[in-house]
Formats: sequence, structure tokens, C-alpha cells
Amino acid sequence: MSGGEVLLRAEGVGKRFGGFVALQGIDLELRAGERLGLIGPNGSGKSTFVNCLSGDFAAHDGRVTLAGQPLAGLKPHRRARLGLARTFQLPQPFASLSVLENVRVPLLFGGEAAAATPRALECLEEVELAGKAARLPRELTQVEQRRLELARAIALRPRLLIADEAMAGLSHAEVDQILALLLRLNAAGTAVIMIEHIMRAVTEFSERLLVFVAGRKIAEGAPRAVLALPEVEDAYLGRQ
Amino acid sequence: MSATALPAPAAPPARRHLSYWLGATLLALALLVLLRLIGNEYGWYAGYFVLQYVVLAAAWNILGGYAGYVNFGAAGFMATGTYTAVVLYEALGLGVLPGILGAAVVAGLLGLGTGYLTLRLRGVYFSIATLCLAVVLQTLVVNWDYVGGSRGAYVIRPMTVPGFVSYGEYIFAVMLALAVLATGIGRTVELSRLGRGLQAIRDNERAAEAVGVPTLRLKLIATTLSGALMGVAGAPLPFYAGYVNPDGAFNLAYAVNTIAMPLIGGAGTWLGPVIGAVLLATLQQAATVTISSALNLWITGWMLVLFVALAPRGILGWFRKR
Repeated sequence: MSGGEVLLRAEGVGKRFGGFVALQGIDLELRAGERLGLIGPNGSGKSTFVNCLSGDFAAHDGRVTLAGQPLAGLKPHRRARLGLARTFQLPQPFASLSVLENVRVPLLFGGEAAAATPRALECLEEVELAGKAARLPRELTQVEQRRLELARAIALRPRLLIADEAMAGLSHAEVDQILALLLRLNAAGTAVIMIEHIMRAVTEFSERLLVFVAGRKIAEGAPRAVLALPEVEDAYLGRQ
Repeated sequence: MSATALPAPAAPPARRHLSYWLGATLLALALLVLLRLIGNEYGWYAGYFVLQYVVLAAAWNILGGYAGYVNFGAAGFMATGTYTAVVLYEALGLGVLPGILGAAVVAGLLGLGTGYLTLRLRGVYFSIATLCLAVVLQTLVVNWDYVGGSRGAYVIRPMTVPGFVSYGEYIFAVMLALAVLATGIGRTVELSRLGRGLQAIRDNERAAEAVGVPTLRLKLIATTLSGALMGVAGAPLPFYAGYVNPDGAFNLAYAVNTIAMPLIGGAGTWLGPVIGAVLLATLQQAATVTISSALNLWITGWMLVLFVALAPRGILGWFRKR
């Protein structure tokens, strides 16, 4: 579901760690409701880019806007409230809080405190976890913990969701569950950036694919066309 | 989906708060009447000793228990309250109640300032910074002649206070009210949005920020509140003892006990610090009058070792299912 206005615009984003250049000159335009895949070998800068978008890292160069609003200087919680949600490579639940409370937290601080509990239950219904609302996160399976992360993100009513390796370590069937969930979310109007190593998932899901290598964007376009590019095969998939 | 998996709906917030304040006030009055019936001056003295730790432990718990930031500088915040009361007494002749108000303001501001400077530190680095703060403050007071420097300062306590049988009873009643207040504030924090945000920070600060929790703001509120209450705990000390010096006000025992008590009772719960403080401070008082006060920290050390080994989530954690 895409074709709307530009939601996220990144221009010349760069990030250095000391003398190491982790990202350089990244440009990106994402339309409202678009599904974008971001791939690249380990250490190519995918997560660094995500962290620059979410505000976990401050970019050294470039400019990022969300729905026209500059994000520079905004802390992650302010970006989250603007509708930029993310999940983490490893699920990061609030371990001492129940599943329900995990989802109530974003609602309590997102202007929905009065109806936090019913709204949290709605979010849990969306990810099919409402039956485990009273459990602790450690009692959930790996895929359920991923779904909990997504429920927490959904609670933010995101305009953009960044799913950072949301399917890592899952079985084939579990990957399909998360894919279906992301597609449902996208169908409801949320743009999704998927960072993923599982090629089947990312090509099935994405309308457009970006490839990072060594902190630079080396290719962009329709997934199958991009994956067929010689430089992508060479740098990312390996040449036979 | 099973609705039975959900926790039972809680009582309305206003009713839950009212039940605490009513219950705690009645309990406090009963304690006051009981000690008056016993009629022993030592009862007020020992009661004050225990209750000051209830206030300190409740105050520490707001930042350490809920948010997971371990403050080793409790003695510094408490002594800030103590010396604020001394300054107000020396400069304006003010008594214990204005001293408590002044201590809350000064120690609260100290908490806020400390938070701004140190809350970007995590774990042991934050703890070391708070410990350093106490050392810096002690050095300042030792070199400040106006409050007596290392010689200490004397406060002339009134002989009587209308409505109380002795000044000892009065100062006990003041600390009792502060203990009810501090515990009530801790409980209110726990049941509020602030408490939930602090718990999220303790569990995973990065994830909390990512879902819209303003982590720095909440931590600053917690350091300010916690610092103010620790200062409040220290303000009556010069009026209780009649004399205060830096070695006493900044005593390491305050810092160690203030951490140990919530951990033993159950950190991150409003009742845990009360249980830990009453248990540990009572044991220490018993040891002081039967064996020696030198055993106080020894008792704390052993209790901590025992609880870390056998009940790492404290007494309340031991009784909870999970």
C-alpha cells in the first residue's frame, strides 16, 4: 500500500564512530504506506541508519524529516510520539511488567492514559497475544516476544514502523506469522521499513529494496531487479 | 483468548489512595498512643531511629527501587537536610518544621542538579558519582565555620511542646508523620504513570525511550523527589540529638542502611522499604542496647549476604508467586 505523500525524507545522512565512517551520504524518500526493504551484509550500516532515524544515534551529517518535520535534536521518545516506531534486533520487553503493562506503557505516555487498558488489549488482539496479557514476557516464546514488540509499536499508532530484523531466529512458519502481521499493519496505512537477512521475507514483503554496503547505498529499486544487479550479487550475495 | 488470564480490575485510584492515608494515619496514632502508655523516653528515641530509616528507605526506593538507579549518596542528601535545618536555626532561629520544609527544597534542588550531571551515567558509574557527591558535601561542611565545621553545631531544643509530654515525643511524632508521608508518596509514585515509566526505565531504558517514555524527565523527577525526602529525613536530626557534626551527619551507616533496607524488604514496592527499615533498624537498636552499637553495620552486612543468597527479591519477593 503506497503512493501517498512523502513521509520520511533522509538527505545525505552520515555517521562516524571516531575515525570509522559507518554511514555516508544516505538519501531516502519513503512514501506514506510504503513497504521498503533494507538489506546489506553485517556491518554495512543498516542498524546505524535505523538508529539515526529513531534518534538513538545523532547523525553527523545530513537531514531527516518525518512528514515535513525535521527530526534533528529530537530524542527517541519525541520521534516515537510523532509516529516513528521501531522494534529491536533482539526483543527488549520490560521484563518485570506483564504483557498487558508492556503495551500500556506507550499509551500512558502517548496521550491515551485514560483508555490505556482497553486500547492495550486491542493492540494485543491485533498480534494475537490477548490471551497472554497477564503473563510475564519471559513466559512467552520467541515469536510471541516478537509479537509483543510489535504490539508495543502498534500502540504508538505509528505512521512509520522500522522492523529491525524482526524475524531473526524464527522458523519458516513463524516468519510467515510476522510477515502477515506486518502486512496487516501496512494495509492499515503504516509505512514499514524492514531490515532483514531472510531474503524470502524481504522480497515477498517489500515494494522497494535498498542495499547498503560499507555504509553506502549501492542499489535501490524493485526487489527482484535489485537482487539481480551484478554489484549486489558481488557485494552482498557473493559471486559464484 | 481467555479473559480469565487478565488481572482483576483494581479499585478506583482515589479510593485506593484514601484507604492508605486513612489506614496509615490510624496506625500512626495507635503507635503514638501505645508509646505514650508505655511512657518510656527511650521508646521515642528508638522509634525515631527506626522511622528516620523508613523515610530514607522510602526515598531511596523511588530512584533505586523503581528506576534501578542505585544512589550511594544517601548520607549526602540526608546531611544536606540536616545542615539546612542548622543554617535556618542559626540564621533565623527557626525550629524543626520550617527546617524540614527548607531541607525538602534544598535537598530537592540538589537532587535535581545531581540528576542533570549524573543521569547520563548508568549502573556502577552513577553509584560512584553519588558516593563522590557525599564526599564533596562532607568536605564543604567540614570547612564551613558557620555551621561549626568539623567541631559540629549545637541546637537548643525547646523543653516542651504544647500537647506533647516531652520534646522527645514531639520529635518522634514529627518523624512518624514524615514516615507516613514518605511511604504514601512512594506508594503514589508506584501506582501512577510516573511509577510505570520508572519501572520501564529500570527494565530497559532504551526500549522505554523508543516507546515514548521521556526517560530523562522522569529520572529527574525521581532524583528530585528522592533527594527532597532524604533531606526531610535529616532535618529533624539536630533537634533530636541537640548536636550534629559532619562525622555523624555523613555517617557511612546511613548510606549502607538506606540501600540495604529496601533490598531486604523488597525494592521496587512501596511496602518493602518499610518492612526492611523496621526489621533492620529494630535489630540494630536491639543490638545497640544489648551488645554494642559497633555491631550495627555487621548486622546489616550479614542480613544483606543472607538475603542476596536466599531471597534476592527481598521479603516481599519471597512471598510473591513470581
